[in-house]
Amino acid sequence: MGKTYLLFMVQVHLNFRRAELESLADLFGVEVGNWDQYDENSPFLKVELANDEQARAWIRRSVLTRAIYEFWGEGECYSKLHENVQGNVSFDAYKLAYRNGSFKFEFDSFGGSSSGKLDRVACIESFRYLDFQGKIRLRNPDQVFTVIEEYEPINDNVAGEVPKRIFFGRLIQESDRLRGALEKYDLKKRPYKGTTSFEAELSLVSANIAQVQPGSIMYDPFAGTGSFLVAGGHFGAMVLGSDIDGRMIRGKGSQTIKANFKKYGESLQFLDVLTMDFTHNSLRKNLTLDTILCDPPYGIRESIKVLGARDPERFAGKENVEIDGQKAYLSRDYIPTKRPYSLDALLDDLLQFASERLPLNGRLAFWMPVANDENIQTVIPLHANLELKYNCVQEFNKWSRRLLVYVNRGPAYNGPTNAGHERSQTTFRDRYFSGFN
Amino acid sequence: MKFLTTNFLTCSVKECDRSNNSFPLHYKGEACQLEQDEGIEFNPEFLLRVIDRVEWDAVVSVAKDLGNSTLPQQKPVFENEELSEEDMIVLRDLHVLLIQTNIVEGEMTCRNCGHIYYIKNSIPNLLLPPHLA
Repeated sequence: MGKTYLLFMVQVHLNFRRAELESLADLFGVEVGNWDQYDENSPFLKVELANDEQARAWIRRSVLTRAIYEFWGEGECYSKLHENVQGNVSFDAYKLAYRNGSFKFEFDSFGGSSSGKLDRVACIESFRYLDFQGKIRLRNPDQVFTVIEEYEPINDNVAGEVPKRIFFGRLIQESDRLRGALEKYDLKKRPYKGTTSFEAELSLVSANIAQVQPGSIMYDPFAGTGSFLVAGGHFGAMVLGSDIDGRMIRGKGSQTIKANFKKYGESLQFLDVLTMDFTHNSLRKNLTLDTILCDPPYGIRESIKVLGARDPERFAGKENVEIDGQKAYLSRDYIPTKRPYSLDALLDDLLQFASERLPLNGRLAFWMPVANDENIQTVIPLHANLELKYNCVQEFNKWSRRLLVYVNRGPAYNGPTNAGHERSQTTFRDRYFSGFN
Repeated sequence: MKFLTTNFLTCSVKECDRSNNSFPLHYKGEACQLEQDEGIEFNPEFLLRVIDRVEWDAVVSVAKDLGNSTLPQQKPVFENEELSEEDMIVLRDLHVLLIQTNIVEGEMTCRNCGHIYYIKNSIPNLLLPPHLA
């Protein structure tokens, strides 16, 4: 039989939190017994898991949680907490297991704090019934025991002062967030970034929901300044990017995508970026791309373009132009012309490409912007081979963006499709520049 | 562009999809400028996964284009989970070739349609003119 664990999550990006937890559980084969206890309004979830190993695997990469603990007890006040800890069916076994190891106590809280009023030494003393004989060690102790106080905030701006619930447990695994991933990948500290760079937190969450795996190949067909490549590299994938705009992926001087990877100590993960039109793709067909993760252009900061002439008549016969005896289009400095393309068509191409290149059960994840104020239903692109697994919304004032996550189920899946249909009534670009009015 | 990437790139032209000659591209040796990036650390587990993905014939062919004819005709196999010292020597050599070797400037041609692609500042440009797009 398994054990009870306490998961301490963060109350941000709630539309993504459960998707991240489910995706990581699925990726590492972690059986989570009681999803029915999951509550969006609470940062706490008590779960049954097989063992500590599973708990570690599940939470180590997580971005929208803080940590997971072996659950020892809870109570509305300290006396109730102590009663509950001592009444735990595993109490005697737990006490015995950690009797002689070195340890320390830590304090954490949610929704408020005691503002220094909690006498921590006295609080630790009140646990003397645990009867630990080991040394107290503040650095690298064998075990960390944590007291977590939950406060009810008085309102949005004022923190609570009296805890309404207190948890006690043994630390099993701190999340990637608690171990500093957000600080490490903070855009402010990144050598090369641009107006299209994607923030650290949600790019890492995206990579988790997309189930990017160590040693696999992750491809971003709209790499830009490489934000998602960085996220995929962080989780150990070999990352490959392309972009039709060579200036973006080239960077400037010492500010390059490669330099970003070097700064993070992850040069090995970065394969290459290619100047390439995703719809005229050069990656050989039998190369399996384990994950596709991207933020397609949607016409605000970057236009949507593919190769080809906007006005084919004007370019008729241009292939015969020669410079110094060589075809002009074969010269090193030739710049091909591009034509505008619609977001709908681009996303159709993306889904089709994913269905051809992903392995079975491989994931495609991308971001799509939506204007909020229209009474028009947002139509999510669908492909017969791809199961739409998640549709996570991040709300802004007048628009929102969604992370759409698909799983490749192969031709046998035979799901609904809406390729080739004009899904959007108006383009997001037009709505954006008219102030959504 | 890493040597490894040459193993992933074929011609962008749609008509070349059906040809057996469009992969790998032909690298014009005298036009290619190579560089060794010794800063990239050696990780045997990572490399084993990379080698799984690689089409060995293409590795041999591109290496020859670039002036290295010393590669074995058959893909090296690593049968034992415990890597032997000889295995490590082979893996180190492959690390230098596949991961550390960078084509800074260069030219690559499709053997089927003859289209020429360029590598500039380590980034290959695979864009096509309108009549081929």
